Amino acid sequence: MTIAREGPADAPGTVAPPKRRSHVPNDGTSEAAAVERARKEMLHEGRDLKRTRIGADALCEALLRQGVDVFFSYPGGVILPLYDILGDYPELRHVLVRHEQGGAHAADGYARVTGRVGVCMGTSGPGATNLVTGIGTSLLDSVPIVAITGNVPAALIGKDAFQEIDINGITLPMTKHNYLVRNADDLPRVVAEAFHIARSGRPGPVHIDITKDALQQETRAGHPTEAEVVAGLPGFRPNVEPHGRQLKLAASEIASAKRPVILAGHGVLHAEGWDELVAFAEKAQIPVAWTLLGIGVIDETHPLAYGYMGMHGWKHVNRAIQSADLLIAIGMRFDDRVTGNVRTYAPYARIIHADIDPAEIGKNVAVEVPIVGDAKRVLQGLTRMVEPVDPATRADYFGQLAEWKADSVASSWHGSGAWRDGLLSADFVVERIGELTDHQATYVADVGQNQMWLARYTGFRQPNSHVSSGGLGTMGFSVPAAMGAALGRPDRETWAITGDGGFQMTFQELMTLVQDRIPVKIALFDNKKLGMIRQWQEIIYAGNYHSAHLLGPDYVKLADAFGIPAFRARTPAEVDEAIRAAQAVDGPALIWFEIAEEQNVFPMMPAGKGLSDLIENWGGADE
Amino acid sequence: MTSDPNSNGKVPAGGATGAAPVHHAPPPPRALPGGGETRRHVLVAVVLNKPGVLNRVASLMRARNFNIDSLAVSHTDREDVSRMTITLHGDDVAVEQAAKQLYRLIDVLKVQDVTSEPTIQQELALVKIRATDATRAEVLKLVELSRGRVVDLADGSLIVEVTGSEPEVDAFVALVRTYGIKELVRTGAVVMARGSSSIEEAVRK
Repeated sequence: MTIAREGPADAPGTVAPPKRRSHVPNDGTSEAAAVERARKEMLHEGRDLKRTRIGADALCEALLRQGVDVFFSYPGGVILPLYDILGDYPELRHVLVRHEQGGAHAADGYARVTGRVGVCMGTSGPGATNLVTGIGTSLLDSVPIVAITGNVPAALIGKDAFQEIDINGITLPMTKHNYLVRNADDLPRVVAEAFHIARSGRPGPVHIDITKDALQQETRAGHPTEAEVVAGLPGFRPNVEPHGRQLKLAASEIASAKRPVILAGHGVLHAEGWDELVAFAEKAQIPVAWTLLGIGVIDETHPLAYGYMGMHGWKHVNRAIQSADLLIAIGMRFDDRVTGNVRTYAPYARIIHADIDPAEIGKNVAVEVPIVGDAKRVLQGLTRMVEPVDPATRADYFGQLAEWKADSVASSWHGSGAWRDGLLSADFVVERIGELTDHQATYVADVGQNQMWLARYTGFRQPNSHVSSGGLGTMGFSVPAAMGAALGRPDRETWAITGDGGFQMTFQELMTLVQDRIPVKIALFDNKKLGMIRQWQEIIYAGNYHSAHLLGPDYVKLADAFGIPAFRARTPAEVDEAIRAAQAVDGPALIWFEIAEEQNVFPMMPAGKGLSDLIENWGGADE
Repeated sequence: MTSDPNSNGKVPAGGATGAAPVHHAPPPPRALPGGGETRRHVLVAVVLNKPGVLNRVASLMRARNFNIDSLAVSHTDREDVSRMTITLHGDDVAVEQAAKQLYRLIDVLKVQDVTSEPTIQQELALVKIRATDATRAEVLKLVELSRGRVVDLADGSLIVEVTGSEPEVDAFVALVRTYGIKELVRTGAVVMARGSSSIEEAVRK
């Protein structure tokens, strides 16, 4: 059988002739030529397509049918049958990462900014286990990715073969679903199911493990339609449509509430319900607070946008929650970083909780009105059912909120302007990045202090512009995730904001940025510390700074060695210039911000304490 | 989850003015979900008969900190569908959470907490009991009274099959313990709701 480029008969139209999506401008320099040569070699250009259709072909076809245009992968022994035919699918862009973890984070970043399923691959054994941290990151943040691994030939499974590990057993508790495929004929169905599961209902990662022989076998299996996929998954029926009775109950709660607050989370972004959120908030005149992953659900300059909640959230937001008489939680899960001690959380509030995953409702807090459904539909339903509210009737409430907000902003170290006289402070840098990118970029956080500064001070204007490892808190996330985010939204500038700790975990991907010409701007916050560790040690562990001090290289020289233009800023006066210089680079660039070494993120809610127990300053050396 | 307006020790809806509340007394602590009385629950799960489905269920229960007392798995009349009977201890909210988590598994078709429903619950046990010439007659008498059945007779021991509810099997085991139990195996409870309703038919729709 010769290869069917357009897939079997039920394929929707023919696949367009292969388009070279070259991101490598061949400008005649020897470097560009070398990269182009390597790329051509990788893609097996000019390869004869007249050959048997094998499992690996079925896999590529299935990926194309799902609209995959790029995936992040690293080759290895058992997945080589796929690499052997990848050249026949030039419209599937392969990004050769430097470590599989980077590939998984890139797929995650791609998915978060596009709302589509991200794809990463690796070989068996260590290739597969390296993906695991990224899969866990996607699970905890409900990000739709499909992770594909090769495995040893079926006959060798269970024999402790070279690079064999029970990766299916490893990913079982950390995926939405996983598969082991031993037969090429199963591949079209399994891939279609995996994508359907990953993106439907509450999104999440799906892992497909494929034996080497399944990639090699000849197959004639056709691709299922979406309807066939759904019919084949009788146990997977997400409750998308909210129940009218629950919406009605919610509307009556809203009608009688005097101090309501909307808590908007990642689910609103997943459901693409940002316009519906604003419509609902405006009609019912309710201020919107957001979770870390809910950043971007509403333009922060909107009059009803109140702020970021939780452990390092704004004091005024936490105050509003603590005195609210009604919380309307949409697509968020009352994580411990949001509630603190549940016993003292929002003590005056009744709770309406809408989520597409029934298991989230009543898990962490007891609620009065549970609503199971897609956030967009829930918001549409609520908007339909609530009566329009005249803002004048909320004058007392809004006056109080405005007062709290002014106080909270003025009393923060940032708002006080104290940084102007002193060292380079990270919140100032973040604010400048937000300003100089016109708040139109994608901002990818790492984990720790940099993540909190980014969340608080950037000023987000649009959905899916903030990428952060919230649930798993994966250090080293930023640079690789930004790689995927930049490929997913090439129309936006992409900024990776990272500390020196997280950066040192995954900076091998700098070479991927160069080889694939992915124009990520890296803002490296170097305080020569594991900053959040140091902050906790200062405040909770009596200043016992074990292992908080972190040596780092000369980051300009480091970037230079990778061929990445790098800039350095040590004072507030150098910040704007460095940012503009990085923006002017056609390709990746790095800025080494040498920030104050002992700046803390305040306010801070110590773990186990309540939202009313925020620490607002500590009188440290750099404050 | 409740619609009781006074749940969680919070003020009823609309009970306060638009300004910030006047904090005369600290509010009562918010009740945690669950925290109710712990009792034995029986869950029936109808699942797709796919490789690894038992592993998925067991892994989920372990990871979510639910302690399974017993788990019985078998085919149903449908080749592609298996049925699990899971008994576990917990309060009603915790077990509801366990059921909801089970629903998240793609291969799980239906989960039902039948604890409060009229059911038939049966368990089978095989007990290898020490029996000397002096005690054999006594043991056989107990077996007969307990509606057990001797399925193997050997020099110095016998194997008894006993079927009944968990407490009935417990009682029998306690009775014969004085003679010496050499081996004991129990299947765990299998459960079916009384009446003509059918969880498996519900799945088929």
